[in-house]
Amino acid sequence: MSAPSGITMATLTKDIRLEWRSKDAINSMLFFALLVVVVFSFSFDPVAEESRHIAGGLVWIAFLFAAVVALNQTWAREIRNQVLDAYRISPAPANALFLAKAVGNFIFVALLEALMTPLFIMFYKLRALGPAWQLLPVAVLGTWAIVVNGTFFAAMSLRTRSREIMLPLLLFPITIPALLSMVEATTTILVGDPSTSAKFWMVLLATYDVVFTTGCLALFETVLHAE
Amino acid sequence: MKKAFPILGLLTAALLSFALYEALVVAPREQTMGDVQRIFYYHVPSAWTAFLLFAINFLASVQYLVRPRPQADKIANWIVIALGALTSIGAYVVRPLPQNMYPSSVVTTGVAIVGLYFLIKKYFSEQETDILALTTAEVGVVFCTVVLVTGPLWARPVWGIWWTWDVRLTSTLVLWLIYVSYLMLRRFSTSGQTPVLAAALAVFGALDVPLVYFSIWFFRTQHPQPVIGGGGSIDPRMLHVLLINWLAFLCFAFLVCWSRYRLEQLQREVEETQALEALLEPRSTVR
Amino acid sequence: MTFLYAAYAATWAIHIAYLITLVRRYSRLKLAVDELNKRKR
Repeated sequence: MSAPSGITMATLTKDIRLEWRSKDAINSMLFFALLVVVVFSFSFDPVAEESRHIAGGLVWIAFLFAAVVALNQTWAREIRNQVLDAYRISPAPANALFLAKAVGNFIFVALLEALMTPLFIMFYKLRALGPAWQLLPVAVLGTWAIVVNGTFFAAMSLRTRSREIMLPLLLFPITIPALLSMVEATTTILVGDPSTSAKFWMVLLATYDVVFTTGCLALFETVLHAE
Repeated sequence: MKKAFPILGLLTAALLSFALYEALVVAPREQTMGDVQRIFYYHVPSAWTAFLLFAINFLASVQYLVRPRPQADKIANWIVIALGALTSIGAYVVRPLPQNMYPSSVVTTGVAIVGLYFLIKKYFSEQETDILALTTAEVGVVFCTVVLVTGPLWARPVWGIWWTWDVRLTSTLVLWLIYVSYLMLRRFSTSGQTPVLAAALAVFGALDVPLVYFSIWFFRTQHPQPVIGGGGSIDPRMLHVLLINWLAFLCFAFLVCWSRYRLEQLQREVEETQALEALLEPRSTVR
Repeated sequence: MTFLYAAYAATWAIHIAYLITLVRRYSRLKLAVDELNKRKR
């Protein structure tokens, strides 16, 4: 148990340290996130009453696109210095690498979301009429759903032409149930209709996360060694 | 084997024509929807055929992934058998069955899938399993496209709208999207291990399907929408025409798959020969 | 009803379009096979 998790932690801290030192990806992503929020706000300028119904969808679409841009860079650094080949040769279990990458991406995307959310609240005058605390598990589960599959498909897209477009092409169809759950859960909480509950959506998101995390961990070794 | 093809082709054409006649003329006119309902006889068999083809793709993909690993292979065998057994038991225990399915059809499907898995295992080598996966994915997408085109054409005169978040239609759309992305991966991948990646994607797609279904089902309970294709029991005469059309389309799908399979086999042979020739070519004749 | 005929026609149009792509690929492949056979001799 200690060896794989040790490797995971080591890889994770390495990634975070690299990001922190260079800050190039972080800065560009932050600015991108800000632009997305502003553009969306110009495009959809609803009254506070209506905005609650559509904000769920808008917010998650914005997060999804920001996540895709972030994920696309995930493996780029590894390829540049042939780090990936080194991983393949090393006896380290592929799962450890995947987990490290996925958690690193998760932290990164969560950071983006944390920065975009206050802007959305401000531009759309949002206020949750339902149990606002539920938004946190929804955000965590939802982000993990996007990130775990995104990291996996980013690895798959490495050896394809048009790598950057291949990731969303593969990711979006598979994430549809998760996306639907996230949006519906968020909308339910924001609208706060007492007859509805976001619980089913959260359970579905949790199921999705468990199923696909298992799938990714099981199949990543195969994908990593696929030349 | 090759000689059988033209004969089967003619038989299938005859069967399709007969099925068309049955659908347009013989089948009784539906009370509420009128003649438009006859789209049902093309829409539903295409859907079932597409699902069958995608199921075969999934089984072939799993096979392709586990066969090189004997341990995983054995585990997969047991999982397949267990799922078949569970489905058969569940068909009689779970009440009511979703979509008003009959227990016997659920059991048949479960047993058929188990059977198909072991048939593929027995008769297809590793490379052939990959070709089978590619073939069924492509032909499956064709049939799925038919479903997605005939669905709205049916919905429009009946409900006045082109699209609705109907559970089955939407699930079919997502399935179509997943498999189109599968075909794109196959086409755009430059890796020598494309089959492995594609197989992994197919497995992911299959894991996704029940989640897609449930998410849309629950979405509809929150936002009620019209149902396309109706549920409930079906007039036995209509069932008869439906099954004839399904049989006809299954034969047609089989022939198309066979052709595509042979085409892919030939293509790979040609590519191998070309590669070999390029290797063996003497240096002076570099073009 | 026009929608009925449109649906049936669309079904066959899609199938025939796919079959045409198969035929085209096959004829291109035949050219490659012929070329390979020629070079062998």
